[in-house]
Amino acid sequence: MQFRSLLREQPGFLNDVLVRTGDFALFVGEFFNRFWRPPFEGRELINQMDEAGTKSFALTAVTGFAIGIVLSMQSRGTLARFGAEAVLPNMLALSVFKEIGPVITSLVLAGRLGAGMGAEIGSMRVTEQIDALEVAALKPFNYLVVTRVLACVFIFPVLTIWTDVIAMVGGYLESVLSSNMDYRVFIATAFSSLRFSDLIVDTLKTSIFGFIVGIVSCYLGYTVRGGTREVGQAAMQSVVVSSLLILLADVLVVRISLTFFGGA
Amino acid sequence: MESPHSDIVIAPPAGDPTLELREVHKSFGDKHILRGVSLAVQKGQSAVVMGGSGTGKSVLIKHFVQLLLPDQGEVWALGRRVDQLEGDELDRLRLSIGYLFQGSALFDSMTVFENLDFVLERHTRFSKAERAERIYETLEWVNLRQTALQYPAELSGGQKKRVGLARAIILEPQILLYDEPTTGLDPVSVRIVSDLIVRLRDDRGITSIAITHDLLCAEIITDIAFFLHEGRIIERGSYQDLLQSDHPMVREFFGP
Repeated sequence: MQFRSLLREQPGFLNDVLVRTGDFALFVGEFFNRFWRPPFEGRELINQMDEAGTKSFALTAVTGFAIGIVLSMQSRGTLARFGAEAVLPNMLALSVFKEIGPVITSLVLAGRLGAGMGAEIGSMRVTEQIDALEVAALKPFNYLVVTRVLACVFIFPVLTIWTDVIAMVGGYLESVLSSNMDYRVFIATAFSSLRFSDLIVDTLKTSIFGFIVGIVSCYLGYTVRGGTREVGQAAMQSVVVSSLLILLADVLVVRISLTFFGGA
Repeated sequence: MESPHSDIVIAPPAGDPTLELREVHKSFGDKHILRGVSLAVQKGQSAVVMGGSGTGKSVLIKHFVQLLLPDQGEVWALGRRVDQLEGDELDRLRLSIGYLFQGSALFDSMTVFENLDFVLERHTRFSKAERAERIYETLEWVNLRQTALQYPAELSGGQKKRVGLARAIILEPQILLYDEPTTGLDPVSVRIVSDLIVRLRDDRGITSIAITHDLLCAEIITDIAFFLHEGRIIERGSYQDLLQSDHPMVREFFGP
């Protein structure tokens, strides 16, 4: 009922969604058409990796630390009920490295990087800087979009590993304070059942999340029409859409990895 | 017999113009912005397109660098059909044309020096020292050498326009397009920018089209003027010809 009335009141709504989706698909296609062709803009790629990476270390460190401590605190009581408190480091490592670390890190970065890229490129669009690049034959798509998307693809796994490690540090600190656990016991227990495939697959899936954040934010900024209000909306939508797509992509990736690599 | 003030399409003159539009139509959705515009600018001429706000002046000049494609009609520049160019051919044409945007469109994450160097580094084989020499020469030409290390946010409106002009001429183009070059400037800055446009024509033989509703600027720079109204050129000639036009819309624009 509600959907029918929505279509009646806004008959162009579905049409707009379909047009926008098609437009986005063409934008993604343009990325794959261009990223392997010159100009390669290597220096700008490094700049963007620096912008995305080094300036996110503090944020992801705080995120990881909080995840580790909270997860450890919350799980300790539950495991104690089953007399399984000793496996807490193991459970922490599996949770952090396989799922919570990659997803939470990517969502946090979607907020920081997605909003930033959407706003920056959107501002460039409304102030005609992208047109200025175009008329000077400077290939704005390569300079602005390809560099940012690739930077996210490369940086997300690195920051995920960083977050995971800090999360384990946080979990260890909680264990020391709660049960005076020795660090050697903690490390041995934590990594006893963690497989290499867990690390590789679940860390590399963040490259997919990085691609999503990069391409969605760049698309929304690149296609802004209007003024500062529309730029703000692009920044906000970059975060919301990226976050939703990350969660959906995670479902798909987990399903596929379980099919090929089996369960935990 | 048609009324003299009916919508008359002014045909371009014969010859080999450097810039030409032939019966160009352009719409955005159901808004028909350009309705069969035809104009021609000869080599070395400084043309002005005038008209009220929202009449399609910016839309018109964007066709010359293929920022827009016409729905119908032809766009010509330097003997090439602009609306059919692609790839390297389009890039080569664009490098022959400098464009000064209404808001200057300076890259705000770069200093003035870097704004100019960005273009030079990618399109020339100059050494770092040669690029620096060219940049300082160009900034000297617009009297802004001292701003080289400043960011666009630190510049006044008039300074931004002149830096934008410096960036537009750094590759020594044959054509310059000016989108409202003096909008938002004080009368002194209007004269400075207008005089620079005249110097470019006189010293370097640059062909240009400026779109403007600034009468002072138009008076200074015009060799040939076109008046755009409701998507059509309704009057053309010298600045004085437009000033003395009988067309009611033109007379309303220039005032009493």
